[in-house]
Amino acid sequence: MNRPIKVLIAKPGLDGHDRGAKVIANALRDAGMEVVYTGLHQTPEMVVDAALQEDADVVSVSILSGAHMTLVPRVRELMNERGLSDVKLIAGGIIPDPDAEALKKLPGVAGIFGPGTSTKDVVAFIESLFTKRK
Amino acid sequence: MGSDDVLLQRLEAGETLAASRAMSVIERGGPEAESLLEALHPKTGRAWRIAFTGPGGAGKSSLIDRVIARERAHGRTIGVVAEDPSSPFSGGAILGDRVRMSHAQGDAGVFVRSLASRGSETGLSALAGELADVMDAFGRDLVVLESMGVGQVETRVRYMADTVVVVLTPEAGDDVQTMKSGLLEVADILVVNKCDRPGAEALAADLKSVAALRERSRGWATPVVQTSVTEDRGIDALEAALESHRAFLQQDGRREARRREALRERVRLLVEERVRADLWRDPTLAARFDAILEAVVGGRTSPHRAARDLAAAREAAAPNSSHHRR
Repeated sequence: MNRPIKVLIAKPGLDGHDRGAKVIANALRDAGMEVVYTGLHQTPEMVVDAALQEDADVVSVSILSGAHMTLVPRVRELMNERGLSDVKLIAGGIIPDPDAEALKKLPGVAGIFGPGTSTKDVVAFIESLFTKRK
Repeated sequence: MGSDDVLLQRLEAGETLAASRAMSVIERGGPEAESLLEALHPKTGRAWRIAFTGPGGAGKSSLIDRVIARERAHGRTIGVVAEDPSSPFSGGAILGDRVRMSHAQGDAGVFVRSLASRGSETGLSALAGELADVMDAFGRDLVVLESMGVGQVETRVRYMADTVVVVLTPEAGDDVQTMKSGLLEVADILVVNKCDRPGAEALAADLKSVAALRERSRGWATPVVQTSVTEDRGIDALEAALESHRAFLQQDGRREARRREALRERVRLLVEERVRADLWRDPTLAARFDAILEAVVGGRTSPHRAARDLAAAREAAAPNSSHHRR
């Protein structure tokens, strides 16, 4: 028996808009995943604490504030420090293409989803991360 | 076997990641889960378990958040297992209880784990109880179980905790609804939350009269507490009610009796689960079933008679039928 894919959706940073995060949460739920939603205004420490306690398979951060170049690497670094190096990290939000390309090159950043991404693509991408694993 | 020991050692040493991974092993089920639970069981029984149940939207998560703050001030460490429903259509779930538990954030003394119901029909699944076992073995002083929103019939919760808190709101319905609700019968503490709203006094009065009827049989006068999270009212009264129930259970072996009853129920359900699973795997039963069903459909025998014959046939075959699987 296995547990459905468990995704933690978090909003690190100061922006107060979580419509996008909620749309993604619903799409993942409808695709059969278990989604833990953690609310607004999280610090990277809070996000990683939650990921640790929930034993999420994927951490998905939504960032609209423009601070993605700081927040994404920081979350990844803390995840590794806390023993979560095997947990996938993806990010979405208002992330310009050049930044997205730079972030994707970071080790341990599985995917970056900028404006206009369809929810189907996000679902398919997350599923693809686990098709090889049993 | 060896890997269980290592995981358990790390867990007992207070390593959050080990506790968290142990819960996932249990969530995934199968022989790995069984063997881990077996190793875990002797380490359980120390934590105080409080279950919060009641209809969806009654404010259970927010109330738990306030209780967490009070309990942390007393220096107790806390584990929370919060259950939310899985979608019957996709099997997925949105687990949102953490959003309301702001006091849990950034405090290593509070460990919150969200759980999807995965088809369980009770407000708290058996799995929630097993995750509470991990929190217990992890050394948490207090384990809070939050059920998903439940309706009128929810009695299993009494086997899940030392103290059961039923949270209602003034919108919960009239006094007849209150009287017939099975929820009241399992409550050790009744909370009227959102007491800043109209109807709270009337509901509290109704609940008090219902609670008084039950007092004699249990030796415990179920307190009715009015709370408002938004106005921060009644939280001290709830905390006092929790403490006095704890003191009540600590007298005259009541807690041990309750724990024994809970374990009896747990074992009973596990036996039923096993027998049921084995039952339908039996190929001779399946063949007989199909044949006898035709007779029922054709009106030649009744459903009750068919069931009696099938059960009798199985019983006759029982001595050598149950060992060769697995």
